[in-house]
Amino acid sequence: MSPGLPATVSDTARLLAGQGYIADHELATTVHLALKMGRPLFLEGEPGTGKTEIAKVLAEGLGRRLVRLQCYDGMDLAAAAYEWDHARQLVAIRLAEAAGDTDRGALASDIYARSFLQARPLLSAIDPDQPPAVLLIDELDRADEPFEAFLLELLADFQITIPELGTIRAKTRPIVVLTSNRTREVHDAIRRRCLYHWVPYPDAARERAILAVKAPGVPEKLSAQVVAFVQALRGGDFFKYPGVAETIDWATALTYLDANDLAPELVDETLGILLKYQDDIAKIQGAEAARLVAMAHEAAAGT
Amino acid sequence: MTDAAGQLSANVVNFARLLRRAGLPVGPAETLAAHWALTAIDLGDKAAMRTALRATMVHRREHWDVFHQAFLLFWRDPTAAKQAVAMALLEAQKHKKQERAPPTSRRVAEALASPRDPKPRVEEEPPVVEAVMSVSDRERLQQLDFEAMSAGEISDAKSEIRRLRLPLDMSITRRLRPDPAGPKTDLRRTIRASLRQGGEIMDIARTRRVTRPPPLVVLCDISGSMARYAQILLHFIHAVTNDRDRVQVFLFGTRLTNISRQLRHRDPEVAFQMISHIVPDWSGGTRIGESLAAFNRDWSRRVLGQGAVVLLITDGLDRPRDAAGAAELSDSMDRLHRSCRRLIWLNPLLRWDGFEPKSQGIRAMLPHVDEFRPVHNLASLRALIETLSRQAPARTPSRRIAA
Repeated sequence: MSPGLPATVSDTARLLAGQGYIADHELATTVHLALKMGRPLFLEGEPGTGKTEIAKVLAEGLGRRLVRLQCYDGMDLAAAAYEWDHARQLVAIRLAEAAGDTDRGALASDIYARSFLQARPLLSAIDPDQPPAVLLIDELDRADEPFEAFLLELLADFQITIPELGTIRAKTRPIVVLTSNRTREVHDAIRRRCLYHWVPYPDAARERAILAVKAPGVPEKLSAQVVAFVQALRGGDFFKYPGVAETIDWATALTYLDANDLAPELVDETLGILLKYQDDIAKIQGAEAARLVAMAHEAAAGT
Repeated sequence: MTDAAGQLSANVVNFARLLRRAGLPVGPAETLAAHWALTAIDLGDKAAMRTALRATMVHRREHWDVFHQAFLLFWRDPTAAKQAVAMALLEAQKHKKQERAPPTSRRVAEALASPRDPKPRVEEEPPVVEAVMSVSDRERLQQLDFEAMSAGEISDAKSEIRRLRLPLDMSITRRLRPDPAGPKTDLRRTIRASLRQGGEIMDIARTRRVTRPPPLVVLCDISGSMARYAQILLHFIHAVTNDRDRVQVFLFGTRLTNISRQLRHRDPEVAFQMISHIVPDWSGGTRIGESLAAFNRDWSRRVLGQGAVVLLITDGLDRPRDAAGAAELSDSMDRLHRSCRRLIWLNPLLRWDGFEPKSQGIRAMLPHVDEFRPVHNLASLRALIETLSRQAPARTPSRRIAA
């Protein structure tokens, strides 16, 4: 273990809070364990609940570099781990020929040297010659199953085997954070190697605390109303609920409009920041919005 | 190891056993990780302990509830721990007996029954049957409505169905595989091969894109009016599930149930037995609109990625109480249609030539499907499979992406 890792759960919570991340007790405990045990952290949850943010905060807080791999369908080794620089290899072969060099073994070891290897995020994260990293494998559900299979070696042993070169192993284990929005179920084999945590929507108190940190310009009263409104929305029947990211955006937008108080017309005009499906917006615009606003006023006054 | 530590580790092992009995996939690796995790936290903090055990032993959100119950039961009173495990053991055994016994006992009963026993026998049909059945028999079987079949005919039909394969049109992935006649050059392999020739490139290695069948999602109506068809089609779905990967199956009557894991059991008899345990609304009423809305809300984002094809099997005989109900049904169908690559509605009612979509439910659903096909006898099932294998017709309207 590299020095600087927090010693207790509350130290971990302080580390996260120091970077402006308000974590609940369960999340702090899971993050602490992931750091302590050197296991990858697998975070699932609704979009916009701060899964990706954890990796960024950890990198910042622990003074490590952040290596990010954004997953997509069909991602292969060349994009995720490493790629040989074929053009340079071809030139090297021609040069050897021109020099009359006929030792095949020497040629092979020459053109499969480390300098011909282009590192992509995964290899870079475990590169023993570079400072320790936080590796963020973002939206793993967007990658396809063959890619998951490749990840297994990396997650279990923090090493990558390159047939032409050998095995590259991390000197300091990277802190690995995987996130998924569940557009597909990630395979059990990946889950088994990780510590699992489901990131839920925050409760009202925590969401207000998050707003206070992330959008400090928002007046306190408005912020309480915004949170009460969003929390009420999450209790309704919508196709896509607003995440914390949307709450922050909305609160910021409302302050740009110089609002000090939530009003039904204002809500109708800015609903697009909160809800991203037309059916959902249509469901709430007008009377329902007015009702929720009244409720939010009441709830905010009560706190 | 101190006594207390020994006690704790015994408790963790017992707790793991309890979870396993409760049906969670907890193995030695999870137990070890749990041990390790408990050394990293303050054991006086129960919430932290619960989180630690959960993070290391549970890998799915769906299992959290079971875990929490087990945790409460087990750690409330550590001295009762052993008792709890014993009880759970007993309970599990009882449960197990109940769950496993029927298929076997029924098979034993069937094996002992007189040959005239009309009970349909399903999977152990020897291939000889095919030779025994005369040509005209088989032809008749092809055209016979599932609903009009006798028990013996159903049994024959089922074994026919199990032989059907579903070769959906392939979709091109972004993965490459070596192919000497492929359209792309593979420089890595070319260079590696050239080294054997002292750096002279003699051959250019080529690759081609891999194609694979798209994910398949089956939504099957099991309400009273559909029960007979559903029973037979389940055999078809079971065969498909075991034939290919990425198949998700849902049953709905008044509520929606995911039976994909149960269907993956190789033995259809055992699979159906397990399904009957978890599906409460077999042969009941039908609420298509609400079931589809539930699917859209809870599952569509998880199973409709990567260009899935949806088979919707229902007669559409839903009687929405009012115009709002019909609108909800229409909205749900619209959403479903936009979230998948191809939506195919299989309707056994279509067997009548004069069939007209009079029912309010059918009229609400019909505008939103890509294909509308009959499925009431073997011939129509065969025809269905042929169309499924063809390239999907292009869809004109823009579609929303659900993810």
